[in-house]
Amino acid sequence: MTHTRPFRLPKGGRLIDRAWQLPFRFDGRHLRGVTGDTLASALLANGQMMMGRSFKYHRPRGPLASGAEEPNALFGLGQGGRFEPNQRATTTPLVPGMVLRSQNCWPSLDADLMSVNSWLAPLLPAGFYYKTFIHPRAAWKHLFEPLIRRSAGLGRAPAERDPDRYEQAYAHADLVVVGGGIAGLQAARAAADRGGRVIVLEQNPHWGGRTPVDHGPEGEAAIAALLDDLRGRDNVTLRRNTMATGLYDHGYLLARESLADHDPNQGIPRQRLWRIRAGHVIAATGALERPLAFACNDVPGVMLASAVRDFIVDYGVAPGQRLLVVTNNDDAYRTALVALDAGLDLAAVIDARPHATGPLPDAVRERGVDVVTGSGIARVRGSRHVEGVAICRQSGDGHVTGGYDCDVVAMSGGWSPVVHLFSHCGGKLTWDEGQAMFRPDPDRPPLGADGQAMASATGAANGDLRCAGDLERDEGPTLPVWVMPQNAGAKARAKMWLDFQNDVKVSDVELAAREGYASVEHTKRYTTLGMATDQGKVSNINGLAILSGALNQPIPQTGTTTFRPPYAPLTLATIAADARGEAFQPLRKTPMHGWHDRHGASWEPVGHWRRPYCYPRAGEDRHAAVNREILAVRGSVGTLDASTLGKIVVKGPDAGRFLDMIYTGMMSTLPVGKCRYGIMCNENGFLIDDGVVVRLSQDTWLCHTTTGGAERIHGHMEDWLQCEWWDWKVFTANLTEQFAQVAVAGPKAHTLLERLGGDIDLSPEALPFMGFAEGQLAGIPARVFRISFSGELSFEVAVPAGRGLELWERLHEAGRDLGVTPYGTEAMHVMRAEKGFIMIGDETDGTAIPQDLGLGWAISRKKPDYIGKRAHARSHMTDGARWRLVGLESLDGRVLPDGAYAVDQGVNANGQKKTQGRVTSSYHSPTLDRPIAMGLVRHGPERMGQELEFPLPSGEVMKARIVDPVFYDKEGARANG
Amino acid sequence: MAETLAQVARVDGLGMIQIRADLDCAGEAIAEAAGLALPDVARITGDGSRSLGWMSPDELLLVLPAADLPEALAALEQALAGEHALLADVSDMRAVFDVTGRHAADVIAKLSPTDLAALPPDGLRRSRAAQVAVGFWRLADGFRVIGFRSTADYLALILKNAALPGSTLAPR
Amino acid sequence: MLTLTCPYCGVKAEETELQPGGEAHLKRVGPGGSDQAFEDYLFARQNPKGVHFERWRHAYGCGKWFLAARDTATLQVFGTYRAQTPHPPDEITAAIKAARPDWTPAPNAADWTQAE
Repeated sequence: MTHTRPFRLPKGGRLIDRAWQLPFRFDGRHLRGVTGDTLASALLANGQMMMGRSFKYHRPRGPLASGAEEPNALFGLGQGGRFEPNQRATTTPLVPGMVLRSQNCWPSLDADLMSVNSWLAPLLPAGFYYKTFIHPRAAWKHLFEPLIRRSAGLGRAPAERDPDRYEQAYAHADLVVVGGGIAGLQAARAAADRGGRVIVLEQNPHWGGRTPVDHGPEGEAAIAALLDDLRGRDNVTLRRNTMATGLYDHGYLLARESLADHDPNQGIPRQRLWRIRAGHVIAATGALERPLAFACNDVPGVMLASAVRDFIVDYGVAPGQRLLVVTNNDDAYRTALVALDAGLDLAAVIDARPHATGPLPDAVRERGVDVVTGSGIARVRGSRHVEGVAICRQSGDGHVTGGYDCDVVAMSGGWSPVVHLFSHCGGKLTWDEGQAMFRPDPDRPPLGADGQAMASATGAANGDLRCAGDLERDEGPTLPVWVMPQNAGAKARAKMWLDFQNDVKVSDVELAAREGYASVEHTKRYTTLGMATDQGKVSNINGLAILSGALNQPIPQTGTTTFRPPYAPLTLATIAADARGEAFQPLRKTPMHGWHDRHGASWEPVGHWRRPYCYPRAGEDRHAAVNREILAVRGSVGTLDASTLGKIVVKGPDAGRFLDMIYTGMMSTLPVGKCRYGIMCNENGFLIDDGVVVRLSQDTWLCHTTTGGAERIHGHMEDWLQCEWWDWKVFTANLTEQFAQVAVAGPKAHTLLERLGGDIDLSPEALPFMGFAEGQLAGIPARVFRISFSGELSFEVAVPAGRGLELWERLHEAGRDLGVTPYGTEAMHVMRAEKGFIMIGDETDGTAIPQDLGLGWAISRKKPDYIGKRAHARSHMTDGARWRLVGLESLDGRVLPDGAYAVDQGVNANGQKKTQGRVTSSYHSPTLDRPIAMGLVRHGPERMGQELEFPLPSGEVMKARIVDPVFYDKEGARANG
Repeated sequence: MAETLAQVARVDGLGMIQIRADLDCAGEAIAEAAGLALPDVARITGDGSRSLGWMSPDELLLVLPAADLPEALAALEQALAGEHALLADVSDMRAVFDVTGRHAADVIAKLSPTDLAALPPDGLRRSRAAQVAVGFWRLADGFRVIGFRSTADYLALILKNAALPGSTLAPR
Repeated sequence: MLTLTCPYCGVKAEETELQPGGEAHLKRVGPGGSDQAFEDYLFARQNPKGVHFERWRHAYGCGKWFLAARDTATLQVFGTYRAQTPHPPDEITAAIKAARPDWTPAPNAADWTQAE
């Protein structure tokens, strides 16, 4: 692109420092900006007006705006893991060495082959996607879907891991003011005077909002004075670079602070997500300028009047050399004055209003500029850049009355308050006919925990566009202009853009209305108006005004679409923040975790715990390791880290009575020093946990739970104690992590334990099966429970967690000649299945009752009540046809697939084969050297010896015979050593 | 390179006794046996060596040097003889960290939804730090944070991450 | 995300520190209860749009269950009170009536409102 004059103005630019030149790269070109530039101002300063391609038609686009509402100038930024798509050029500060890539174009921004879509525009009307669904299926599959998939999405997601850090922080305040413009700063000062903690959030790196641009040095001085005042107060926190993205229930406000965006060299978190609890939120979020809908209003060079003014005043950048202003209000005349002050040519001001009087239009006229009233733009000339405009009467049909050459059109269709934050959590809007805008309805605010308004709006966000007080000049009224000219023909309407990002035009919304879309929410989805990053910022009001016109109804009757958070996109990295890598979730480690790790444990997650699944040796796979471990336990002795088992102490005069309610069995009669297996149900009668209960003393019981069950069961107990039987004298304590617990199992278990020395009599007479003893082992205070989940002679030893590793290592030293073998959870699982013991989560699935699992013996018939007893009397629970526990013996020597279904005769209503059972546990038993399995089968225990068929996904059918679930040591002799 | 926001140090050698009892009846007896004043709701009392914290309406936590634990446990047992109460040595199930330094409060504010301005000087707050349960109270130059033993590595990691140099919460 | 004040420890806790427990003031039906009564106890819930009484546990705090009176539509909280309370205390019902003059308790909750 050639240009005769530099785009960076010789003077001005209140936010930049010309002394510092910053190199950057744009699509491979080496360019320079200055400190304080945004990407957009730097590109404009280099004469680069074209900054993107529209989503659907791939039309060339320049920046429309200068802030967060920018729909066009989105870039891929950075490289490798730091690449980020859709970065907004107007809000991204330029950092030296930045690498920008244009999006949504191929092979390049200048020569985008997909721009052929623009010629196909008549074939791609509103609801194009939906219409493709209707046509022949083959067309969708072979034509439309591949085409849509290839062209869908703005930008590309990065493939590599993000190397930057992100964090979150909590804050609490009586008042949060969102927006650091003049209205926000004034509101903060008033609130600070009243006392209480005040936080002010400003999305930009600089304070003041529009005031310094719109009111010049006087405006800057007013802002500086307010900031001075606020900075001197202890109860005020001023935070820049912080975008409030959403307001949620009970004053919960999310805000993203940019700390080191695009500058990884600082070594600090890149962004921080603030989770703020606000007593009240004041939205001082200002207003956004609306585009005007005239033909070809999307040609690069057509910009919002306020944006043109911002680029000149803030960055000393002229978007063009000869401007034309088109407006329906007085504010846009400020742009004309700013341009004149900057020495730019001004072709004319085209004003849709019949008259333009007052200080601002007069000031422009005084400078000798044509002010053409009652007129509009018939169309813009130029395709890749504005070359001029044709002028017409606003009240007519577009008959051209004249024209101007220009390279920038600064347009203003009036202003819309930024009502997003007020609306996110239920605040309602009211239509302000006089100013042609929706503004917050103070009578229908979002409500907080106290039933009072939790948010309000002030300044421009509240519809008060002249909130700069004494700095304001008189302004005439705005004339609502939704289409320019008023009676434009169909051809022109098909070139009037409403949503620039998604390529939604006046004709699309009118088509939707003709096709029956009367609801604004439906129209939004059908046309994609205001979707993606726009979220109603630029397109909303114009779109619904067009829809209202097409439906012949007033605008408030049409209403607005819902404003949903986030106001501006949040990165997933900020939402995840520190919860990644090692800190992704808390891993629970037992006291022996390090030992397992050093000895090659292959880990199994159990809840948040990590437990050794097995300990493979060199050359062993997991299966071989599990088999070896089982044979070692059955043949000599092994140790299992059982520290994860829940250990809940229940104490008090009513503890026995309480446990009789919690467990299905009788625990109050358990003698001191004895253990008893217990199962727990919920009120639905379904099994929720099991474990061994030990009576420690007259009024104290120790309840073991499953690994995953400790917190849940402790909570369950506390729930019943606090909410149902609060007059019972019972205390509970979850001591799970206070103890390390080791299962020492195998025929040599007794021999091994004896070697540790201590004062506990471990003989079968003193410590019989299901007995408990306390004392010291190897000099460590210990509790020893003679319980067995493997079927072998087994002792579970509990010691203070801090000494667990010591116990474990002593066992391995003392048992070296016995071949003592650490075994993992899988060996434990297989051994319990060999014994026909159920496992919570395998044999139970939340719908199994104890009676299904042959555990009727663990239910006390004598007790009048227990949790689940009433449910066990329901007809479906006593139905003999329930699926019940059996053993399954594979007929061909292969292991049955876990979860496989046994099919029955006939088919169900869906034409699927009926089922009569399923496999719940299935393993190769190294002890028996054959497959074993357990399952739930209809009438199972009454069908011993019958064969069942299990169809596999391959189509093959496996057969198994129903057998007793106890495969090994049916007499239970081995547990006695 | 900026300095870390706070020092994060694991504290070993502490004993802890969980005391569950009807505090209206037995509170004073417990306090006397512990040698400390009975804490008010959500407060903690101490004498520089021992602390007695209010954990819930019927639960106190005595924190003391590990060596003093057996004696203290015996004294409490004696004081609570005949009362319906539960005493448990919970020293081994906890992980304790001291977070000290000028910006220690920033570290806490990154991890817990607690309003620290509403936490009195002698307050004991039970809350969460990121994804795990913690309790914490003020030290002269920071906070003492207690969590669970099994997640000590996680707690240490998130505390250290939150104390990353240069990441103070003060507006910049 | 809600905030509720725990009536035991006075902490203003946010939802992430709490565990929800469903509708409050249910009456347990045990052995001997009719099928209908048992079904209602297990499954029949008010699910109102408006004033609701519910159970919450200060799970990441003192561990105690408490009850809250809340408007499910506006999320206004009328108060929290201890779980060992068979029916809402007077100050809670007064707060509800002050904010919702037309409010009447659900029909099957009549037994506890008669206590006023």
